[in-house]
Amino acid sequence: MRFAHHWPLCALAAGIALAGQAQAQSQDQSQTEITVATVNNNDMVIMQSLTDAFESEHPDITLDWVVLEENVLRQRMTTDIATGGGQFDVMTIGAYEAPIWAEREWLAPLDDLPSDYDIDDLLGSVRDGLSLNGTPFALPFYAESSMMYFRKDLFEQAGIEMPDQPTWDQVHDWAEQLHGSEEGLAGICLRGKPGWGENMAFVTTLVNTYGGRWFDEEWQPELTSEPWQNAIEFYVDLLGNYGPPGASSNGFNENLALFARGNCAMWVDATSAAGKLYDPDESSVADNLGFAPAPVAETPKGSHWLWTWALAIPASSEKKDAAKEFITWATSKEYIELVGDTEGWTSVPPGTRESTYANEQYQDAAPFADFVLQAIQDADPTDSTLEPNPYTGVQIVNIPEFQSIGTQVGQSIAAALTGDTSVEQALDSAQRATERTMQRAGYYD
Amino acid sequence: MSTPNSYAAPGGSGRFKRLLLALLAWAVALVIFFPILWMVLTGFKTETAAIADPSFIFSPTLESYQAVQARSGYARFALNSVAVAFGSTALALLIAIPSAYAMAFLPTRRTKGTLLWMLSTKMLPPVGVLVPIYLIFRDVGLLDTRTGLILVYTLMNLPIVVWMLYTFFKDMPRDILEAGRMDGASTLQEVVYLLLPLTLPGIASTGLLSVILSWNEAFWSLNLTSSKAAPLTAYIASFSSPEGLFWAKLSAASTMAIAPILILGWMTQKQMVRGLTFGAVK
Repeated sequence: MRFAHHWPLCALAAGIALAGQAQAQSQDQSQTEITVATVNNNDMVIMQSLTDAFESEHPDITLDWVVLEENVLRQRMTTDIATGGGQFDVMTIGAYEAPIWAEREWLAPLDDLPSDYDIDDLLGSVRDGLSLNGTPFALPFYAESSMMYFRKDLFEQAGIEMPDQPTWDQVHDWAEQLHGSEEGLAGICLRGKPGWGENMAFVTTLVNTYGGRWFDEEWQPELTSEPWQNAIEFYVDLLGNYGPPGASSNGFNENLALFARGNCAMWVDATSAAGKLYDPDESSVADNLGFAPAPVAETPKGSHWLWTWALAIPASSEKKDAAKEFITWATSKEYIELVGDTEGWTSVPPGTRESTYANEQYQDAAPFADFVLQAIQDADPTDSTLEPNPYTGVQIVNIPEFQSIGTQVGQSIAAALTGDTSVEQALDSAQRATERTMQRAGYYD
Repeated sequence: MSTPNSYAAPGGSGRFKRLLLALLAWAVALVIFFPILWMVLTGFKTETAAIADPSFIFSPTLESYQAVQARSGYARFALNSVAVAFGSTALALLIAIPSAYAMAFLPTRRTKGTLLWMLSTKMLPPVGVLVPIYLIFRDVGLLDTRTGLILVYTLMNLPIVVWMLYTFFKDMPRDILEAGRMDGASTLQEVVYLLLPLTLPGIASTGLLSVILSWNEAFWSLNLTSSKAAPLTAYIASFSSPEGLFWAKLSAASTMAIAPILILGWMTQKQMVRGLTFGAVK
């Protein structure tokens, strides 16, 4: 039989052989390759770009990066860690996952860190948020709180003086006064995009400062309580009347872009935006940028959040020693100095170490440094509401059910913002949905 | 007696109708193509221009492409995509050709039911079987391997491939196969020397469709791979960000990811259309 007659079969066989070939890696046996899963945030991109620096200091370890979008990464890591897949040696997790995963014994404890790591230099609130019963299960890569940004030029023109601690009533008046005073200018920009990490991060701090809480001490949801009603009515009125068009689809990125283009007079959001807004290449308002603490209403408790991105080692990793080498390097004082020297001091990962804030070069480059430090130190995840509550977290509730509850409630509130439902209806349906989820999860009968 | 022939010499209204149809076709094509066009344009903008008010007029820059190239190795992801898309298609065809042959030429009373059952597996949302498949892959060491992804894509595309091939085979005159059999051809020879050459346009278009579906698949590739076997869909996913501007870079990465399959599609457009309309007019 001639070959030509068999070409379809030959092509099929060749195709399978070629495609399925084992990915033989000519890996040196003495090398340990660790897989690091992370998100595409600027600070992580810098960490990835410094791979060579780590590998030259640790010639026996090589790094393999998996970079994914936050929600995809969270789902991917959860599947892997829950099934003990062992695909990752280092995971980038948030303050929400750390204690929940630690309790399920999914993370390796980090209780024998080298003495030169100086764990006492880590900010207390940040370190505690990543620990369970005093044992750290993740090391903080960067941390953030929330604060208010405003355009000083507009405030000066309008004769408004920013007090040391603004209140939400004042913010409402200023937004009303400044809205539309320039073409395309919104009085205020706030998160409106539904999601537990999007609008609900902001809304929860607003509810906290209005004196509300997610659950009472018996885990009964309180979403129809007076503080929730007041806070959400205020939010819908403020953002609906003095916010940018289409506010219900704006998250952190969209508002950052709006504020950087000069389309917002005020913006309350993450402290991590400060570096970008002070960069004249990225922001047209760099010269007129003012900042103030997050506004308060009935109580200052829980008025600004605390969020940490941290590096952890899954219990399923078979290369824990090499992984520990990497995470202690990436969260060390030396790493922060390395970033300062190579990328500039405004680019160093903020909010993790006392020594960063004691550094004069950082103080000179980042005028907001002390302010951010104060906000992070003030945020207390264990005491974030006026009335006592059974959970930890300022803008989050550290229970596994919160992801779905937060997103569902976020959608109801976004519907109220767009006017599809009233605030009362939105909170009623949010309350019912939360009750159902909590009951199903066995918090009560 | 003569009858007027309305097709021979189209009058003014006929020409107008044709023009209208052509315009409509262009409009539909433009609507379908617009998101791709916009993505390509956005890839050449700066990050700030990408989120500014939409505009066709801007000064093009390659900075996003440079940033994307500097961040991660496109070639590694592209190679995985090529291997997985073509590998799974080859495997699917290898399995589907005999089974479609059996169903088309040697049907039993259960054939229709089997075909429908095969198609029904496409109706289950993939996330429903994620954990069992993940556990099996973990135990047999197929996580983050091209072989694992090829197997999953083969299973994913098999129902469609079998159905399409079944339709093409059924349209083939049985007499030709019978003639071959009378000349003493075995079943294998019948398939290789008669069936395959005669239905090649159909097989080619089925293969192309399978390649495109595998190339674009994102759920399994994101969940079953991490770094070594990650295809271009994972490459794109790495440029979306919850903090910071990313649209221009994401568009540049997406343009690079779809470019090979777009070019392949253009090159094989004729075969594709020929295959898809194969047997449509009898």
